[in-house]
Amino acid sequence: MMLETSYYLVLAALIFTVGATGVLLRRNALIIFMCIEMMLNSVNLTLIALARQWGDLEGQIFVFMIMAVAAAEVAVGLAILIANVRHRKSINIDEINLLKW
Amino acid sequence: MSWSLLFFLLVGAVSLAAALGVVTSRQPVHSALFLLTNFATLAVLYITLDAQFLAAAQVIVYAGGIVILILFVIMLIGGDTNDFSAAQRAWSRTVGIALGTILLLTVSYSVLARMAGPSEETAALLQGGTPEAVGIALFTKYVLPFELIALLLLVALIGALVLGRQQEGAGEGIPSVKANE
Repeated sequence: MMLETSYYLVLAALIFTVGATGVLLRRNALIIFMCIEMMLNSVNLTLIALARQWGDLEGQIFVFMIMAVAAAEVAVGLAILIANVRHRKSINIDEINLLKW
Repeated sequence: MSWSLLFFLLVGAVSLAAALGVVTSRQPVHSALFLLTNFATLAVLYITLDAQFLAAAQVIVYAGGIVILILFVIMLIGGDTNDFSAAQRAWSRTVGIALGTILLLTVSYSVLARMAGPSEETAALLQGGTPEAVGIALFTKYVLPFELIALLLLVALIGALVLGRQQEGAGEGIPSVKANE
């Protein structure tokens, strides 16, 4: 039996909200990173659920691309984080304010 | 209640609980392990959605690659900071929770309003999603985006190398972050 697509959409919305709230609440740059990954994943779930809904593979191709971009984002982001730790000795984003006007 | 619904509710509950664990854990290592749980349950849901190839890719790329990378960085810089310092500003937590609630209400309204309306007939069961079907689509119709992704990954690799490289003359390694320094 096929489960309704809306269940998956609601779950994805919940996970996305938890991730967004984490970005707003936490000050550890690493945890903010993980929350962003979680939000990307919830959007992937949406795309795959809708790909099944419409019987089209394009949604899954899109998710494949998103996974590659997420991997690139994590590599560069963590490198930036390490470079920042070298200079400022902190991963608290309240103290990373060099570009603040 | 059908078995598939029961299964979805169980896996979805674990997934949501893991997501909450990522946000509320005090130790970054615990957050990373909760994140791993979240990714694994999502891979299970992908299988129930007939996306077998992406379920495997999810486990390999996210669980095997990204979480390990995050764990390595946690080990490197010792992220053992109790960082609920956002609560030092009294309004911050309230505003964060309020904005999160608004976002949840908005998103669930758009979904629930759709659910209440007349349901269209759902499309036929997607038979694709196997590695064969996804591979054929990737290497025929979507071969250009596929090559561009390869280029993007190369650029990201070089960028990460340049950013993470040790400065000339500074040979003391990566300093670790002390708790609440």
